[in-house]
Amino acid sequence: MTSSAPAPAPVIEKTAVTKRLQAVGAAREFGILLALVIVVVAATVANPNFLFSADGWRDLLLTPSILVLVAIGQAIVLITRNVDLSVGSILGLSAYLTGRLFIDIPGIPILAVFVAAVVFGGLLGLVNGALVAFAKVPAMVITLGTLYAYRGINVLWTGSDRVNASDLPKDFLALGTGQILWIPILTVIALVVLVIVGWIMKNTRGGREFYAIGSDPSAAELYGLRVTRRLLIAFVSSGALAGLAGVLYTARYGTVNSQAGSGWELDAVGAAVIGGVAITGGVGSVWGAAIGAVLLLTINRALPILGIPDFWQRAVVGVLIIGAIVLDRVLAVRQKRKLIAAREDD
Amino acid sequence: MNRFIQIHLDEEAIVQTDPPQTPAPPMLELSRVVKSFGPVVALRSGSLRLQSGSIHALVGENGAGKSTLVKIVAGLYRRDAGEFRLRGEEVDFTSTAQSKAAGIAVIYQEPTLFPDLTVTENIFMGRQPVNRFGRIDRKAMRREAEELFQRLGVRIDPDRPAEGLSIADQQVIEIAKAVSLDARVLIMDEPTAALSGVEVDRLFAVARSLRDEGRALLFISHRFDEIFALCDTVTVMRDGAYVATTPIAETTVDEMVRQMVGRDVTELFPKTPAEIGEPLLEVEGLTRAGVFHDISFSVRAGEIVGLAGLVGAGRSEVARAVFGVDPYESGSVRIGGKGLPKRRPDAAIREGLALVPEDRRKQGLVLESSVSRNVSLVIRGQLAKAGIITNGFENRAAKVWASRLEVKTNALSTIAGTLSGGNQQKVVLGKWLATEPTVLIIDEPTRGIDVGTKAEVHRLLSELAGRGMGILMISSELPEVLGMADRVLVMREGRITAEIDRADATSENVMFAATHATGAHS
Repeated sequence: MTSSAPAPAPVIEKTAVTKRLQAVGAAREFGILLALVIVVVAATVANPNFLFSADGWRDLLLTPSILVLVAIGQAIVLITRNVDLSVGSILGLSAYLTGRLFIDIPGIPILAVFVAAVVFGGLLGLVNGALVAFAKVPAMVITLGTLYAYRGINVLWTGSDRVNASDLPKDFLALGTGQILWIPILTVIALVVLVIVGWIMKNTRGGREFYAIGSDPSAAELYGLRVTRRLLIAFVSSGALAGLAGVLYTARYGTVNSQAGSGWELDAVGAAVIGGVAITGGVGSVWGAAIGAVLLLTINRALPILGIPDFWQRAVVGVLIIGAIVLDRVLAVRQKRKLIAAREDD
Repeated sequence: MNRFIQIHLDEEAIVQTDPPQTPAPPMLELSRVVKSFGPVVALRSGSLRLQSGSIHALVGENGAGKSTLVKIVAGLYRRDAGEFRLRGEEVDFTSTAQSKAAGIAVIYQEPTLFPDLTVTENIFMGRQPVNRFGRIDRKAMRREAEELFQRLGVRIDPDRPAEGLSIADQQVIEIAKAVSLDARVLIMDEPTAALSGVEVDRLFAVARSLRDEGRALLFISHRFDEIFALCDTVTVMRDGAYVATTPIAETTVDEMVRQMVGRDVTELFPKTPAEIGEPLLEVEGLTRAGVFHDISFSVRAGEIVGLAGLVGAGRSEVARAVFGVDPYESGSVRIGGKGLPKRRPDAAIREGLALVPEDRRKQGLVLESSVSRNVSLVIRGQLAKAGIITNGFENRAAKVWASRLEVKTNALSTIAGTLSGGNQQKVVLGKWLATEPTVLIIDEPTRGIDVGTKAEVHRLLSELAGRGMGILMISSELPEVLGMADRVLVMREGRITAEIDRADATSENVMFAATHATGAHS
């Protein structure tokens, strides 16, 4: 349409409902941030070293950094109404690849290893995406299959071998523990990725199309959106981020065997769901997923300090996930009711 | 301008006739377009000519080929033959994106929006205004949305999610989208079906202003009063072919109805006379708010009662309520004098009621299972011995019905989804006949079935009635209703508007009762 409208358009005021909804959306991420603060405060009161010690502060930021990356990738895929269960296996493969590159090619530049692992992860993600987008098989099934397949390749390749810290260059290992000012390098990397991906998801056409596809896939087809391409990009992103997480895993822990990263896919899905990403697509943000990842791992560390027995720690995580889903469901139902009511007020 | 009316009841003449010639090159022109799906010919000879600055109505019975024609224009289907021109140039769309790029916008009866995204995002998805870093300019986008709504004279909050919007508002958003794309051709497929009187008036005001901007509009509707109120020209289709194009001022409702149904039907669907006995199914005052109202009728032994009406009149909903799948607020259902409880299909089956649903692929069959498993599905309880059921039991039961219905399949282990439409329908029928019902409700018995199998299904229904079964047959195909039914009930907008005996039923009076909307604007 042309912008030469004769009269200035009267501004349609934001209705009360719209304002409240935007508040709720922000509150969802704020809410889990608040939960995170409460956990940290409680643990610090029980043991001041949890926060007020060099190690405490470093662990608080460092521990969740790698999972944050995987959860960001997972959130992108979940927002398109799919799921990527193979991220743990991709992380494991790229972690071992990192070690092998340093062992087999002495003097290889660290940057080259990063690029190789990210590209490798992206290719594994492309396999997932192609199977989902072209074969039209539900992502749950495809990525459950590649979860086992990729892990199988890992076991075949690694055998009983393992990468040890002594095989790796000192500069590389320093990445895993080093800090810029008071912030661990891994955390800086995770934050940079988070800011970039968060911006793309919110402000670009491509980013909004992920939401559109997840919100109603058949409508996306009718709109003429390039659904296949978007799905491929989502899975490649998820794979590439898991690949990046694999390199950082090696830098952080120094030892990699054939089981590295196993079970991480569930933590990643859990983190995203806790952070308000709807498993049915179209709703949530990578920021929420990232905060969810921090909360998930911080709770794991805080519970022993608060004197909660081992036995209950996994259960608490479960309660957290179910609680988050129930909360989202209740909010969604209430929102729908309010939106319908707002319509009838007109 | 050529102003005479062309009516051709002779099929040969239909195929060889085009809409009247006009001097200006038409905006959109379809000429003798053909489309088939396997053996089913959906469109034999579709012709349509849309002019800029004009609202054109497209009418015809269900199955006349209107939707197929629209889907070809929208790029959802590709035509098998015929010509399709846009501004005089030959086009052949292979996707909806191409049709959209050519300036064609289709607004479907049920709009498809993204519920989680805002109204503004819904309008601009995929083509949001961006700066040179690829950042979406939300302010510009919102301003444009406001301007669009102002131009269309509606007030919708551009920041709210699409979730929870009324169908009317969703259509307005679709229209806003079309306008922002500067679509030159707007097609509205029964847009008023779900709207209230006020909403219809608002939609019409929008449509008129779009016409005055020089766009070509196509309006598909069953409501004659709306067509006369809004449109400039009307094209009638029948049996997948073009019948006539007439300026609206030069036609009447009776004329249009005659063009829509005009054909000889009695020969095609013979029902053998059967002895009509006691009432088997009695429905009294059945009401479900907003869906159907005060529905009363009875079906007697040996009788086929046809339930006619347009799609969306509430016929299938009544059938589902009678069978106990859907709830209802008041009224009663009795079988053989015995009352049926609400919402208990199992009780309905026990009392001898069977329902063959409209959509056999979704509701009638387990497509992935074998023929024999499908046939024995409802009677599994009776087949089982000590709670255990074997393939042998299933096959024995299925064999009886498959042979009686002449299901054409090599083996009973054939997967149901691979059968033809007609044979699938027979399997669904077999499944329900295996329960030995006294009353059969059958919804659209021959939809999407080729002519030969159609006749078999009709013969079968006739035979069942002859053995004393009571049959309620819902059908959108007038010839089928007129040929098969002993008595015709007509529904419109949730009410029974006519009950006509076989001897008195004609295409005209049934169609009139189904369409004559006296209250559409109230």
